[in-house]
Amino acid sequence: MKKSTLLGLLVLVIRRDLVLAMRRRADVLTTLIFFVMVVSLFPLGVGPEMSMLRKMAPGVLWVAALLSSMLSLGRLFSADYLDGTLEQMMLAPQSLSMLVLGKMTAHWMVSGLPLVLMAPVLGLQFDMPVQALGVLIIGLLLGTPVLSMVGAIGAALTLGLRGGGVLLSLLVLPLCIPVLIFGTGAVEAVSTGLSVASHLSLLGALLVLALVFTPWVTAQALRISME
Amino acid sequence: MSGKQLNFWLLGALSWHAIVYNPASSISGFLFFMLEVSNLACSRGDHRLFSGLSFMLHPGQIMQVQGANGSGKTSLLRTLCGFMMPDEGDIVWRGESIRELDEEYYAEMLYLGHLNAIKDELSALENLQISAGLSGIELDEKEALAALRRMGLRGRERLPTKVLSQGQRRRVALARLLASDAALWILDEPLTALDVGAVELIQELLAEHLARQGMVIFTTHQPLQVAGAEMRSLSLS
Repeated sequence: MKKSTLLGLLVLVIRRDLVLAMRRRADVLTTLIFFVMVVSLFPLGVGPEMSMLRKMAPGVLWVAALLSSMLSLGRLFSADYLDGTLEQMMLAPQSLSMLVLGKMTAHWMVSGLPLVLMAPVLGLQFDMPVQALGVLIIGLLLGTPVLSMVGAIGAALTLGLRGGGVLLSLLVLPLCIPVLIFGTGAVEAVSTGLSVASHLSLLGALLVLALVFTPWVTAQALRISME
Repeated sequence: MSGKQLNFWLLGALSWHAIVYNPASSISGFLFFMLEVSNLACSRGDHRLFSGLSFMLHPGQIMQVQGANGSGKTSLLRTLCGFMMPDEGDIVWRGESIRELDEEYYAEMLYLGHLNAIKDELSALENLQISAGLSGIELDEKEALAALRRMGLRGRERLPTKVLSQGQRRRVALARLLASDAALWILDEPLTALDVGAVELIQELLAEHLARQGMVIFTTHQPLQVAGAEMRSLSLS
């Protein structure tokens, strides 16, 4: 028997959650299909006027990403809570924040990353120029992890509550507004020929802030929920 | 002199012996290697479950928590794990409160609750390796397979646990006992859903753990005998 390291533990949690996601593929696909459907509804509803679609594309894609990430947040801790794994995680001799960070990472890889990869294809429906698509992807790459991490706090707080899903969205969506503003701002900036650096660096700053604080806050919230 | 007192003096004399012959490792062992609960009080909502509860647990001792349904057995065990804050009192492990120890304490204790903490989608082998990993122990495949086979799961190691029966799933969860070096085992109803053979196996595991100077605190509604150890009991009423 060997003692595992902190990094080993992080890898273990990420790998476990990815394996579980692969064996429950329906959960992953529903989020992605929801994203595709919401985005595709807009051209159908608004009509095929190119200039208008091009203008609203970043907002639509970002709002859809925000909504579909809410869909999967409820599952972040609930399965582990119901089968007792979460209890065992709290009793782990390593810090709970590290385990939480692992779960957040896996959650992003399963529910955030597919959205990032899908976004350029959907952007074409809106006749987005290539340059704007590039900025959109970079923005989503920086922003969707923040959604997963901030969402995890809400998921931990609403753990075990009946009808927690709606409450979770009400708690988390307002907190995600900065990500939405800077994410769409970057794409609009590149469309109007301005520099995107400021928007993207602010998104990056949000990501760093979230990385530092949210695992600890989520761990505390989990402890409160378990009492 | 009563039997209990005699026991105490004998234990003291033996420990003194150990200190003389092996001072470095035993002084701390003699003084602190134990769980001490003092004046503990717990409540659920407005209902006071127990109060003024004090006991000590020394290496090699096993204690059964007894009481009717709803008397607070699980709450006591969960408080010992640090999930619940006691209303009053303190839980001290090796001379320090578990609230301050936190992760150091968790490295030395193992808790098995009502919930098995196993995933339906994973095989018994994967489940065991992951739960050992969470408790800080990297278990290679050979060790994990040996533990599962000892738990009577030969031939079912690689099946997803959703096809296993309730008792077999409990066995997967209990295999963690074999893959742990924790000194203190806290077991909440470990015998639920187990057949006679498995109960005997658990008794064997407990006896081995106690012989290694481990400590056990558990609840059960089934009779349980452990060879070579005096069963202490704590009644909650």
